[in-house]
Amino acid sequence: MARIGVFICHCGENISATVDCPKVAETAYKIPGVVFSTDYKYMCSDPGQTKIKEAIKEHNLTGVVVSACSPRMHEPTFRKACAEAGLNPFLCEMANIREHCSWVHEKSEETTEKASDLVRTQVEKVKRNHALESIKVPVNKTAVVIGGGVAGIQASLDIANAGHKVVLVERDPSIGGHMAQLSETFPTLDCSQCILTPRMVEVAQHPNITMMTYSEVESLDGFIGNFKVKVRKKAKSVDEKLCTGCGLCTTKCPTKKIPNEFEQGMAMRPAIYVPFPQAVPNKPVIDRVNCKFFTSGKCKVCQKLCPTGAINYEQEDELVELEAGAVVLATGFDVLKTTYFPEYGYGKYKDVINGLQFERMASASGPTHGEIRRPSDGTIPEKVVFLACAGSRDPAKGISYCSKICCMYTAKHTMLYKHKVHSGTPYVFYMDIRAAGKSYDEFTRRAIEEDGAKYIRGRVSTIYEKDGKLIVKGADTLLGGKPVEIEADMVVLATAGVANHGAESLAQKLHVSYDNHHFFAEAHPKLKPVETNTAGIFLAGACQAPKDIPESVSAASGAAAKVIGLFSKSELTREPVVAKVNRTPAPPFSSCMGCFMCKEICPYQAIDKEEIKDRAGNVVKVVAHINPGLCQGCGTCVAFCRSKSIDMEGYTNEQVFAEVEALLNNS
Amino acid sequence: MNQELMKRTIGYYPGCSLEGSSREYKESVSALADAFDITLEQVPDWNCCGASAAHNLNKKLALALPARVLAKASAAGMTELLVPCAACYNKLSVVQHELQNDAALLAEVEEVMGQKLGSPLRILNIIQFVQEEIVPRLGNRVVQPFDKVACYYGCLLVRPNDILKFDRVEDPQLMDEVMQALGAETIDWPFKTECCGAGLSVSRTDVVANLSGKIVKEASERGAKAIIVACPMCHSNLDMRRAEINKRYGMKYNIPVIYLSQAIGIALGLQEQQTGLHRHFVKVDHTEFCKMQQRQPVTEQ
Repeated sequence: MARIGVFICHCGENISATVDCPKVAETAYKIPGVVFSTDYKYMCSDPGQTKIKEAIKEHNLTGVVVSACSPRMHEPTFRKACAEAGLNPFLCEMANIREHCSWVHEKSEETTEKASDLVRTQVEKVKRNHALESIKVPVNKTAVVIGGGVAGIQASLDIANAGHKVVLVERDPSIGGHMAQLSETFPTLDCSQCILTPRMVEVAQHPNITMMTYSEVESLDGFIGNFKVKVRKKAKSVDEKLCTGCGLCTTKCPTKKIPNEFEQGMAMRPAIYVPFPQAVPNKPVIDRVNCKFFTSGKCKVCQKLCPTGAINYEQEDELVELEAGAVVLATGFDVLKTTYFPEYGYGKYKDVINGLQFERMASASGPTHGEIRRPSDGTIPEKVVFLACAGSRDPAKGISYCSKICCMYTAKHTMLYKHKVHSGTPYVFYMDIRAAGKSYDEFTRRAIEEDGAKYIRGRVSTIYEKDGKLIVKGADTLLGGKPVEIEADMVVLATAGVANHGAESLAQKLHVSYDNHHFFAEAHPKLKPVETNTAGIFLAGACQAPKDIPESVSAASGAAAKVIGLFSKSELTREPVVAKVNRTPAPPFSSCMGCFMCKEICPYQAIDKEEIKDRAGNVVKVVAHINPGLCQGCGTCVAFCRSKSIDMEGYTNEQVFAEVEALLNNS
Repeated sequence: MNQELMKRTIGYYPGCSLEGSSREYKESVSALADAFDITLEQVPDWNCCGASAAHNLNKKLALALPARVLAKASAAGMTELLVPCAACYNKLSVVQHELQNDAALLAEVEEVMGQKLGSPLRILNIIQFVQEEIVPRLGNRVVQPFDKVACYYGCLLVRPNDILKFDRVEDPQLMDEVMQALGAETIDWPFKTECCGAGLSVSRTDVVANLSGKIVKEASERGAKAIIVACPMCHSNLDMRRAEINKRYGMKYNIPVIYLSQAIGIALGLQEQQTGLHRHFVKVDHTEFCKMQQRQPVTEQ
């Protein structure tokens, strides 16, 4: 006879505010098979767990129903508590009366009744539960890191330094990401390249790291500990082994007028190019879209010139399949282009630039060698207007969030400008100055008080060009909305940070969830900030939300720590929620007829044929067999099986029907 | 179907401005319709759209007035409705949108009106009308091509953008394209949708002089020889208030302000009286803003 214990949690007031918890416990006690029932303020706390453990021992329980929050968070907690009290953890079930009940209904009798109904379904289910044993699977101790910006670099180095193999996949020809484009960094004004490039070199030279640049992830299969990652190595048209990086080809390429992506379109590059002089690897690739040979069939100048014969026009994309135990997503972000802003001229005014373009302008290695000059005529601007929140915190623009980094980098921009153009005046239009961070507020104060940046609290309605000047019309809301008009020489828009292009399709390939803005979603906003909902896939850096460098690096180290933790064991335990083909006494051994439709439709190739032999070793029947190590418990075969011979452990048809019947019988 | 041979008929809602202070707008729209053999069928028993007054007084009234016009048009079997006045166009479009997306509100308004709203209409502003019905049939009828002009759209044609869905919210192009079809070079200027002062025309002429003055000043300084408009309010402020503008700015701006429909009339060589050009405060002399006369206008058949 089943002896079930029911534990109703108040979740502080999350549940008890709308559900009468003592009454739910009372009702549950009347369900046949329930021998114990109680309620408590925080069932997940230590005293709460102790209640469960004591009840198991005292009442000799054969099953436990914890009626509380979503099982997503605390099912492992309660199952562990049961195991500690000697009850098989898979004899513990959760009824979700928070997300499915108290949070979505008003306080009423009906709400309490619904909670009771939910409890009843789980009592009926757990009566039919069987003790299950966890499945052990081996862990492949190689990590794939996608994205070679500062977050990907940090995660790769941390994992590699712990002694594990890392494959770093980068879409562009060089690693480095946005940080390589920056001039100086806040709040210390140290040179971005000086702190990043040594780490890029470290990645390239690390014995545990394999770099795959100019490569993109095509697909991901498998599961935690045992992923299969297919990577497309795009044809570089240059043999990396032969190329010495002398750079002769890049200087002689006849196609020279291609907007340079690294310089944000403020300089040109040839068709065979290295994105920037400090690139890692420092070897060129041919941009086939713009290359004269690939577009017209004639040229081959680079091939003729190359002293080592490294140019190979016939090279093809290569598909590489990697096996890995964990994946770190570090694909970063992008910023809106000035064309996004109709009120600021749809990107048609050359002297209206975005923050990243200003970074390149201020950078010693940039198109102006660090001099602040107007893109239109090369003169030195005497008045520069910086616009914070260009797009951010503006639901009308579809971006309701704060891009977080702009307040700080705008303050930095005003300083860099002032340090280079002493006679110049920087103006900043802002909504709020959000300078929360170590030494951050001091930094913005320094921009205002020492470097004389003129901060105007208000929005800019329009910018237009007149007689070579940019007329910036805005309002000063600290002066009661007084209209302000500034004749500027240059305008820098701190445009919103947005998800990197292709983020959505990558998330779909990897089965990782993402938010409305296509940023990747963490498993829990507070307690699992570097995990995704897909076990074994972790997040690092600004692919999750706009982040500054220290935050990206911290997240990367956090993700690396999770990977290293995962790799610290040679085996993983997995929940035994897998499909199983039934076996019956002989004959007929199993109701499986051996049609193997299940084998065809299994998305994980987990189903094989199994021969049933008699004592003499003769094959008497061939039935389906499901490999529990490969099965992901998706249930497709259960639904597909024509003879109903397959069932899901922990979610058998019998159990699910019992849940449904528990609801129906009550009404 | 021999639709080309059938005379084109389109529903038409003039509104009050076209009956009064902007008679020349109505005259020019009618002249255009005649010139291209289009019948403008007035909404029977039409009423005020509510203009700038109703929505300040009573929300239901502000909805019911335009809704009644739409209901009358729909009941008369119209599917398309030309609304030359920008304010009427705005009101009718916004109310139709609001009622279509709120069944409860629609029921309330229908009760107030005592009739059903009927099926939704395609509401056309003057620019859409010209672009769809006139421009494709211009052929070689343009006898007086335009020189450099400034297209001024104002606010009512383009906002709210979610509903009216004009091409580019801050820098609209549709009127520019029509004027280019008339041979004009349109200036690229940032004042296309700036405020003219609107209804302050009556109560605060100083504000209007300031705001409209900026528009007139910019258009003149950027080399335009005429300002093309599609809104009676804009026209009043830029044309009728020119004396105040000139006084305020200490200038003698004499750039004429012409309705889009008048502009087409000029390009076709219609008589000044036909398109009401003689009614303007700022004198309109087409030799100032048209390129040389190429050939004699086509006379009435």
